[in-house]
Amino acid sequence: MANNSATIADDKPKVALLNDPKVRGSIVQAVLLIFIIWLVWSMVGNAADNLAKAGIASGFDFLGRTAGFGVNFAPFMDYTETSTYGDVYWLGLQNTLLLAIIGVFFATILGFLVGVARLSTNWVIGKIAYWYVEILRNIPLLLQIFIWYKGVLATLPSRQAIDLGALGQLNSKGLFAPKPVFADGAMNIVWALVAAVVITFFINRWATKRQMATGERFPTFWTGFGLIVGLPLIAYFAMGQPISAEYPTAGNFGPRGGMQVIPEFIALLLALSTYTSAFIAEIVRAGILAVNKGQTEASYALGMRAGPTLRLVVIPQALRVIIPPLTSQFLNLTKNSSLAVAIAYPDLTAVFAGTALNQTGQAVEILLMTMLTYLALSLITSLFMNWYNSRMSLVER
Amino acid sequence: MVNIDPQTTLGNAGQKVAFVRGEMIGASPPPASETGVMGWMRKNLFDGWFNTALTLFSLWILYLVVPGILNFNFFNAIWSGSDRLACSDVNQGGVLYEGWKGACWPYVGAYMKQFIYGRYPDELLWRPNLVFVMFLGGLIPLLIPSAPFKRENLIFMLGIFPIASFVLLTGGNLDFNGFLLPESIMAPSTAKFWIDFIILTALICAIIHFVVKGMDGNSRKPLLFTIIAMALLGLVILISSVDFGLEYVETPQWGGFLMTLVIAVTGIVSSLPLGVALALGRRSDMPIVKLMSVIFIEFWRGVPLITVLFMSSVLLPLFLPDGVNFDKLLRALIGVGLFSAAYMAEVVRGGLQAIPKGQYEGAMALGLGYWQMMQKIILPQALKIVIPGIVNTFIGLFKDTTLVSIIGLLDFLGMINLSHSDSSWATPVQAITSYIFCAFVFFVFCYSMARYSNYMERRLDTGHK
Repeated sequence: MANNSATIADDKPKVALLNDPKVRGSIVQAVLLIFIIWLVWSMVGNAADNLAKAGIASGFDFLGRTAGFGVNFAPFMDYTETSTYGDVYWLGLQNTLLLAIIGVFFATILGFLVGVARLSTNWVIGKIAYWYVEILRNIPLLLQIFIWYKGVLATLPSRQAIDLGALGQLNSKGLFAPKPVFADGAMNIVWALVAAVVITFFINRWATKRQMATGERFPTFWTGFGLIVGLPLIAYFAMGQPISAEYPTAGNFGPRGGMQVIPEFIALLLALSTYTSAFIAEIVRAGILAVNKGQTEASYALGMRAGPTLRLVVIPQALRVIIPPLTSQFLNLTKNSSLAVAIAYPDLTAVFAGTALNQTGQAVEILLMTMLTYLALSLITSLFMNWYNSRMSLVER
Repeated sequence: MVNIDPQTTLGNAGQKVAFVRGEMIGASPPPASETGVMGWMRKNLFDGWFNTALTLFSLWILYLVVPGILNFNFFNAIWSGSDRLACSDVNQGGVLYEGWKGACWPYVGAYMKQFIYGRYPDELLWRPNLVFVMFLGGLIPLLIPSAPFKRENLIFMLGIFPIASFVLLTGGNLDFNGFLLPESIMAPSTAKFWIDFIILTALICAIIHFVVKGMDGNSRKPLLFTIIAMALLGLVILISSVDFGLEYVETPQWGGFLMTLVIAVTGIVSSLPLGVALALGRRSDMPIVKLMSVIFIEFWRGVPLITVLFMSSVLLPLFLPDGVNFDKLLRALIGVGLFSAAYMAEVVRGGLQAIPKGQYEGAMALGLGYWQMMQKIILPQALKIVIPGIVNTFIGLFKDTTLVSIIGLLDFLGMINLSHSDSSWATPVQAITSYIFCAFVFFVFCYSMARYSNYMERRLDTGHK
């Protein structure tokens, strides 16, 4: 080539502008940005046109209007047919959170039990746990909800009820659970509990500090346990037993009294917690298996017994592996609670993104609010779990 | 075996040994309590009081659960009959004794066709059947690692099969009326569409040519690429617009397991390329591309699928320009596809992160560009290690397709719920019978996929990381 010498003489070889990675990168990004802006612009424009044509108002004014429909489950607020759409939103959010929190609680306990059972040397237990996991996680959750709701709970008798003892009475109209009745002074028990938690927290800090300094150990667990159980108990008896339970009684037309939990809630709770527990069980199993066998052996070699080995060596290391996927299971359960809409449990999706949307027609605002709420729940949970995880994670030098 | 002669070995000391065994005795059998069924039970079931208690407890649980399930599904079940009377007890006007509880299988048999095909016309059932056959014929050799012609097989499954099943299921013969030229120049017709298509291709080629030329590049390769891509697109449109003489079947007539499969397969096939693109975008150096990918992925992963389906069925029509109308199934497919693309992106990202940095550096040292490096070095390795993850995503998607019944599509579960409104089979056991059947079908599919993913995981685990 004729200009070979020229290129060698130059510091930078002459490259086509398009082949310069920086220029190429900016072009790609500019094109992408223009495309996205165009997409959003045209979508907003079309939506505005279509809404104007359909005569649907936009904006968030509808939140102050009266919704005019009743719901069958509003345990934490005074919801009536005269409540506003804003109230509907809060009601839905409360019911979603209630379901999610109780579901997470049971799913975690069940999941840990089954996960440990899966590793048991006992053949029957291991096999039962295996099929529990495989059956539950290979059947769609929606189908499981229907099975509990229409296949099991709906076929129960509607007048007589199955007596579940301390849990209350169950029939096709739901669970009639004992209702706690609070007399004067019941609040003091709550204060006692709060005080016990705070004291335990400080004892724990002091004990850790002392152990770091002197190596002496303090029975933090039992002290804390005693405080948290004991202080409220003392307060309970000191105030003259202010909490009692009102038990439902069997009547000719079904149980009376007590606290009625609607069958939709029970079906969802059963389906969500068992379904998620199958996934948690697999996570727990993988976490325990991930701890190197040498850790247990070294611990035995140091003279520790099985209990402390499990508590001080295996579990802290297994938790590190377990917690990140466990978080995503909690989030999955929260998101899956939106399937409530299929059996009309009044959660956020059912009453707000369902009924309220159909009545007002303000799809954009309502779906935006609903989706952002779930997104916010997801982000808050993962932020919290990331913080927790960073505390638990291995500090490497 | 060495024969030891006592005379020579111990003879030095002059002692005479009366007897030394010259051969080893064979091992005696283990005690009876350690072998066979008894030994196994001792070791695995009754090893200490705690284990014994656990075994007895779980046997008690099994005793409570298993006979009930067997009785309901088999021993007390009804196997033949023509209407609800066969499955109801005397109080409900039927023939069975009072308090009878069992599965009503003839009802499932009577509805089997609807459960599989939905309301697809009877005389046209050969079309979905042919699709099922093509699907299995393409999928099974793809799943067997030792089967030959993987490349051709993949081209068939990703290229020919989707178009062929689209034509078979809908009937093809779509109308295209053109999109570019104003009506004053030419009336809408098929010919106008193709003229528009050619004009569009020429326009794109011209833009590429001038942009590349303007920056002193060589425009031959990008032009060739564009023309091939547009020609393929044209071929797909041509095939779906040709009249094969097939009767048109609109999507509300589809349903049952057919629709479940259509949604699941379309979802996974469309989410793979999108997911790979998003995963690459999330690991890109370009800040805007990265930001957009992260927002997209985290948004879809943070919201429940059912709100996505609400969005695609309620909001999508609002976002489209006047006159453009998407069919209900297509809207659900778009929602499912975008949703699973976000999950797929995270799976693929896991694979990309698992590739050692040396592979990237080695590729760059050889002078490969970004796309060459991805195409030839990184993606083949990354996609291979995430096959189990992809299968797991597919299992999740397959189960999640049942959610479309909430927005009124009659998939497998939707069809089952619809069948409950038929009074000729209405009995107290109707719902649970159909749900057991549905659960069984889903379990068989998902469990075998999970086993396959497990098998691939063990096969791909080379032992070094």
